[in-house]
Amino acid sequence: MFGRLTIDALPLYSAIAAGGALITVFGTLAVMAVITWLKAWGYLWREWFTSVDHKRIGIMYVTLALIMLLRGFIDAIMMRTQQAIALNSDGYLPPSHFDQIFSSHGTIMIFFMAMPFLTGLINIIVPQQIGARDVAFPYLNSMSLWMTAAGAALVMVSLVIGKFSTAGWTAYPPYSGAEYSPGVGVDYWIWAVLIAGVGSTLTGINFIVTILKKRAPGMFMMRMPLFTWTAFCTALLMAFAFPAITVVGVLLELDRVFGMHFFTNGHGGNLMMFANLLWIWGHPEVYILILPAFGIYSSVVTTFSSKRLFGYTSLVWATAAIAILSFSVWLHHFFTMGSSANVNSAFGIATMIIAVPTGVKVFDWLFTMFRGRIRFHVSMMYLIAFIVTFVIGGVTGVLLALPPADYVMHNSTFLVAHFHNMLIPGALFGYFAAVNLWFPKAFGFKLDDRWGRRSFWCWVIGFYLAFMPLYVLGFMGMPRRMEHYDTAAWQPYLVVAFIGAVFILFGLIFLVVQIAVSVKNHAALRDWTGDPWHGRTLEWLTSSPPAPYNFAVLPKVESLDAFHAMKEEGTAYQRPERYEDIRMPKNSAFGMIVGGLAFVFGFAAVWYIWWLVAACAAAIAITVIIRASGDDTEYVMTAAEVEAIENRRFADMAKAPPPDLRHVPVGVPGAPVPGAVS
Amino acid sequence: MNRSNPPPRPLRSSGGEGKAISRKLLAAAAVAGLAVLLSGCGLANAPIANPQGPVGLAERNILFRAFGIMMIVVIPVFIMAAWFSWRYRATNARARYQPNWLSNKVDAVTWILPALIVIAIAVHVWIFTHALDPYKPLDAPAKPLEVQAVAQDWKWLFIYPEQGIATVNEIAFPAGTPLTLRITSDTVMNSFFIPALGSQIFAMAGMQTQLNLLASEPGRFVGRNTQYSGSGFADQHFEAIAMTTEDFDAWVEKVRQSRTALDEAAYTELAKPSSKVPVTYYSSVEPNLFAKIIATYDSSMAAMAGQ
Repeated sequence: MFGRLTIDALPLYSAIAAGGALITVFGTLAVMAVITWLKAWGYLWREWFTSVDHKRIGIMYVTLALIMLLRGFIDAIMMRTQQAIALNSDGYLPPSHFDQIFSSHGTIMIFFMAMPFLTGLINIIVPQQIGARDVAFPYLNSMSLWMTAAGAALVMVSLVIGKFSTAGWTAYPPYSGAEYSPGVGVDYWIWAVLIAGVGSTLTGINFIVTILKKRAPGMFMMRMPLFTWTAFCTALLMAFAFPAITVVGVLLELDRVFGMHFFTNGHGGNLMMFANLLWIWGHPEVYILILPAFGIYSSVVTTFSSKRLFGYTSLVWATAAIAILSFSVWLHHFFTMGSSANVNSAFGIATMIIAVPTGVKVFDWLFTMFRGRIRFHVSMMYLIAFIVTFVIGGVTGVLLALPPADYVMHNSTFLVAHFHNMLIPGALFGYFAAVNLWFPKAFGFKLDDRWGRRSFWCWVIGFYLAFMPLYVLGFMGMPRRMEHYDTAAWQPYLVVAFIGAVFILFGLIFLVVQIAVSVKNHAALRDWTGDPWHGRTLEWLTSSPPAPYNFAVLPKVESLDAFHAMKEEGTAYQRPERYEDIRMPKNSAFGMIVGGLAFVFGFAAVWYIWWLVAACAAAIAITVIIRASGDDTEYVMTAAEVEAIENRRFADMAKAPPPDLRHVPVGVPGAPVPGAVS
Repeated sequence: MNRSNPPPRPLRSSGGEGKAISRKLLAAAAVAGLAVLLSGCGLANAPIANPQGPVGLAERNILFRAFGIMMIVVIPVFIMAAWFSWRYRATNARARYQPNWLSNKVDAVTWILPALIVIAIAVHVWIFTHALDPYKPLDAPAKPLEVQAVAQDWKWLFIYPEQGIATVNEIAFPAGTPLTLRITSDTVMNSFFIPALGSQIFAMAGMQTQLNLLASEPGRFVGRNTQYSGSGFADQHFEAIAMTTEDFDAWVEKVRQSRTALDEAAYTELAKPSSKVPVTYYSSVEPNLFAKIIATYDSSMAAMAGQ
């Protein structure tokens, strides 16, 4: 009836595990209690959970990402603490626990922090940047969100019922197979990743179609903002790479549940197949994480240098080159698996080649700053920190791409430092910059500047302290994933790394404070015009927050930096003679139902509750069929309703205080003159 | 654009923002510098920065050389980031403002310069990957010593086929003599590594990998598994001892004095999961044990293992 689920699944084997479970359970209950007390369930259901509006979906993705960032960080600081003290000692975490923590840290940060973060940002902004009203497939969009949430929920449930995997975030067999990891941990990993992976694959398809088919008139591909270009390449990578991890996850699960021999020791199994398939996904995946950040940096540097992007065409070609080449380098993740010198050289050289377009991008951002007028907004500070710090990570990446160098550095803390050097200053700082840049667009008020700076400095200093020692430890021969060690020379560096983690803890605390303070002061921080930073691209044309339909009249695009061009021409804030009816997709519980069923399906599969697995699969199929056959999917916003919303928008613009143009140079169009009508 | 209203009360004075930023940049640079200085102290004794054999030495040198080549691009990037941020800050009215500046020449350079650097390094990749292929026998006057290494949970078994002895967690070899390792695993994927001597390579069940190393001088080095393999992983290290030829011969004799033989029963016992296993000597070894271990997973591979 309950498969292999028994009372032993509760984490009573250790105080720390029990503590983690209690915090998870009580945290969830506390949030639910607050929502109940605020009587907000109806509001949340109507306005958020059943919404198919890309802006709402995007905000929910980013919210999930920030929550999982905190959860993944707790894993990180627990590991740093353990390693700082575990010289010739067991520390406070036994191997069975430490090993779950390093596995869940990587899994959460990649699949449930970074992926939802970038997907959320792309969701909120890209349709606006291309002058569209929504994505091509709004219901699929909602389903993608809830599938991702279902995967995250499975990882969180593993804290309370059962254990998580100890096989690392890449789950190499045969360690992750049934013989060496017979428990539920690896199954939790597989189902969380497979379910979230479906969400990402569908998001990829959704945005490929949206960007190809939903652009406003005149928005040729070579007039799209760089962020949209990077989103497009990211979507291509998602659609083409995720099938590889879906296949390898299914094959591993077949090995584990049905005793098959794809990757087992013996009986014809071969772990090398897993490594290849996994990294055929895995390398494009890291470009999925970084390309949107590159697009964000292009938005930030142009806006806050008040300058046109240098080398737009080069940047587009560089982005496309990176996306295509990302499928050609996967073997560099296992140079030490015994391939011949010819094979290793070929992949090493292919990896070098990717460094060229990346170098082009760094130069182009610098040359955008050249002869600009730079305002040091918090996002701009993230950009500058990124350029300096990411380049260090790029250097270490090229070093690792030299097979003979990798032979001594593979699996060491040098490798750990390298990829965190790419992910934190590269991807995460980009996402933070995006939050500071686009928060007013999403919510209608800016984020507090002072707390943003405090958070920034803690993150930057924390990053250097936490990861530079790891480069040194790599040279000292320290491998990754060590639960304790007996080389005294390593400890001082691990202590410094722990201090870095504490700085990052404050960076996170200040981020939360920043949001709280901004909400409290939202009236003073209000963005009345929709264009708080004197932006250049179309998302700044909409109100903040935008109307559900984004644009009452689809903009006619005549050049790159379309909004900037409109402001220069004086055509940005024209009102049409008449408004038209707008057809909008209706809210639907479809996405949430499928996501919920997927969560139960995954949980049941982990615990071998086969009748429930079958029931959920059937229910999902039926739900999809019902939704796909339904015709009642739209409602009409009448021209009158649209006009009323637009009237309020122009009235708000008129209420705006005079813009702060102290550092905005002459020639950059400011906000519209109050009361002016074209 | 409406400039007729007086500017609102400044939140920061125009010079102040720049000064506040530079003070903080200085503080951050100090922290980074401290981190770098601290590193210098550790690197003197770091086995990878201070290798004890030609393989490790060549690998370290290629690390440093590639790093140097990349500095040609990286240092200008750092300088430009600092200089442009400072000079083109909005409060600096003297800097030129060219909002639509483009330059095909500069654009071309942004492609060509990284491309040249990458070509230079790519040439090194080809040459040195072939030169430092772990399977490639080393160029040395002495005849290579062959040792077969078996990764187990959570220890290492070393079989000396020519001498007919075996050890656990201790591998000895003459300095100046090439060490040819044939490596497999009797468990999950492991990775055999002696940081002070260079290259690591995976150990995989049913398969044989090869590694050629050499220690220039006698010494004691740490060896370990670097691929996480379970709860005993952190303790899965061994001692690698390079000896003079006389000392090595004496060591072989010492091992032959052991009263334990590594027959099938002893092997089955040894293969059970255990950690913090003390150094153990076996005076004799089951014939073709290494091939048999591989054959338990893949009989076709075992035939190749004999070569």
